[in-house]
Amino acid sequence: MASAKEEAAKAYWKENVRLLITLLVVWFVVAYGLGIILAPVLNNIVIAGYPLGFWFAQQGSIYIFIALIFTYVFKMNAMDRKYDVHEE
Amino acid sequence: MGLTLTTYLIVGATFALYIGIAIWAKAGSTGEFYVAGKGVNPIANGMATAADWMSAASFISMAGLIAFLGYDASVYLMGWTGGYVLLALLLAPYLRKFGKFTVPEFIGDRFYSKPARVIAVVALIVASVTYVIGQMRGIGVAFSRFLETSYEIGLFSGMAIVFIYAVFGGMKGITYTQIAQYCVMIFAYTIPAVFISLAITGNPLPQLGLGGTVADGTFLLERLDNILVDLGFSQYTIMKGTTLNMFFLTMSLMIGTAGLPHVIIRFFTVPRVRDARLSAGWTLVFIAILYTTAPAVGAMSFYNLINTVQPGEIGAEEGNLAYEDVPEWFSRWEETGLLGFEDKNDDGRIQYYNADNEDFAPTAEEYGWEGNELSVDRDIMVMANPEIAQLPAWVIALTVAGGLAAALSTAAGLLMAISSAISHDLIKGVINPGISEKGELLSARIAMAGAIVVAGYLGLNPPGFAAQVVALAFGLAASSLFPVLMLGIFSRRMNSAGAMAGMVTGLSFTLIYVFVYKGWFFVPGTNMLPDTPEYWVMGIGPQSIGAVGAIVNVFFALLVSKMTAPPPKDIQELVESIRVPRAS
Repeated sequence: MASAKEEAAKAYWKENVRLLITLLVVWFVVAYGLGIILAPVLNNIVIAGYPLGFWFAQQGSIYIFIALIFTYVFKMNAMDRKYDVHEE
Repeated sequence: MGLTLTTYLIVGATFALYIGIAIWAKAGSTGEFYVAGKGVNPIANGMATAADWMSAASFISMAGLIAFLGYDASVYLMGWTGGYVLLALLLAPYLRKFGKFTVPEFIGDRFYSKPARVIAVVALIVASVTYVIGQMRGIGVAFSRFLETSYEIGLFSGMAIVFIYAVFGGMKGITYTQIAQYCVMIFAYTIPAVFISLAITGNPLPQLGLGGTVADGTFLLERLDNILVDLGFSQYTIMKGTTLNMFFLTMSLMIGTAGLPHVIIRFFTVPRVRDARLSAGWTLVFIAILYTTAPAVGAMSFYNLINTVQPGEIGAEEGNLAYEDVPEWFSRWEETGLLGFEDKNDDGRIQYYNADNEDFAPTAEEYGWEGNELSVDRDIMVMANPEIAQLPAWVIALTVAGGLAAALSTAAGLLMAISSAISHDLIKGVINPGISEKGELLSARIAMAGAIVVAGYLGLNPPGFAAQVVALAFGLAASSLFPVLMLGIFSRRMNSAGAMAGMVTGLSFTLIYVFVYKGWFFVPGTNMLPDTPEYWVMGIGPQSIGAVGAIVNVFFALLVSKMTAPPPKDIQELVESIRVPRAS
């Protein structure tokens, strides 16, 4: 019984870490890739008055950060329930 | 009604509100004093955390910083928001599950070590005290500039207000005043921004207006790029620094943000782990309202300013504004010293251009310009905004109240982190573990009062290095606290020796790198290399080094913990338990 519970805890943690890595890859690509490293190239594209690299660096990245945290919140709530570790 | 009187009324009304909240939210137990009884709604905590986080600098200085740096200021926008992704995903839920009162307490328990707890207290106090000096100065300056009091009276008034709600209410009082302060500051920031965006681009949403078009039909950003180039500056929207330095500076600000104790402890105040996650999301929403508006305020007020002094063709004699024709707000801000005009070529007109650009010098000479004649303090971009947009006096007064709210809310959060570290970690944790609940609550109130007095003293007599240390507080938090907190959660194998080795190497590496360029212990003249980009190792500046320090920290922590015995079984079980939301 104890080992089954341990197995479940391990699986829960593994799935959690996998989600974190996915979200942090997006976080990294948006901020450092699109916002900094590729910004000079992206600036050649102008959408709605914004050079795209500049938009990512001063607007877009912040919106995506918010989306990342709320994605995390919803996925974790579902995962907590799936592994029956959610709070009352 | 005069502007000063209106300002008194509005600032007075907000202060009365904060005191009213203080009377209502008195803390009766240590739990209420340290973590507001863990009963704060996650959305409310998001608002309080946003106010806690956004300081006088975010409110008053950031838009101006963006105006003068253009694209390069993105490091601050991304750095100070992206850190919340790290905080939400890597720290907040787990530290909330741990369920105690302070950050050093987690470090002490997780690494079963009182010395580790004391090191964490020292790191916390150094980072928080230097940070609080800036807030105290902001309060004093705002009072002396707008309420026509002396700097000292302004500072004492600010101290008195914080004293009332922080000493009696603790975290509970601070939380509810921070919510009120958030509302004040966000209204104060966005109302002028909406009007300036309407005036310049016709779009009421500043976030869209920044991409909008100006009167002649060209895009605002394109227009700004062109004007700046014609005046000898770099384009607004392109990168001026090096990619590598921007990369590491952004990383340092992000990791530092996630490691700042006064922000972390806010997440101890919500009822459940899932609330801590959600609350981090709401925090970023509330911060983003200001942070996505700031780039618009920066670009638009800068555009406004340039257009004011350069209404006509660049290079034509009548293209520049004659000094006798300056608008009223110009004269008013000249009196404060934030705007300055010196007629270097005696033509009675104002020339604003980049006199440091050697390639532009022949053009300037051809125009008959003999140096840049306008000096602009960056703070003016927010504070003069309502006047430039010709808004009524109450909006100007609201901006003052907003700046004060930003400074007060951050000061209170920092003082909370300092006083709980002293009373809970030092007094209860190390010096007198047998202290009663009542005794600890009293010592917490005394520590809070003491911290306010020290902060006030330092605000009156700021050490010369204060400004530099504030900029580096992030580097220190990034290289010491964040990696240890994260490893304590994500590595079950991480032991006491590893954590100590990581903190010490990360912190020393960062400090030494900083001292080499800024002088040993910030003593002027003792720096070993000039603090200019050509002397920085690989172009990484001292402000950007915290991220490298964090890597050093993690490397040595892992290495040393591999070579030493694993942590005891009960500690490994503690790690297992904080990883799961439900209490077992």
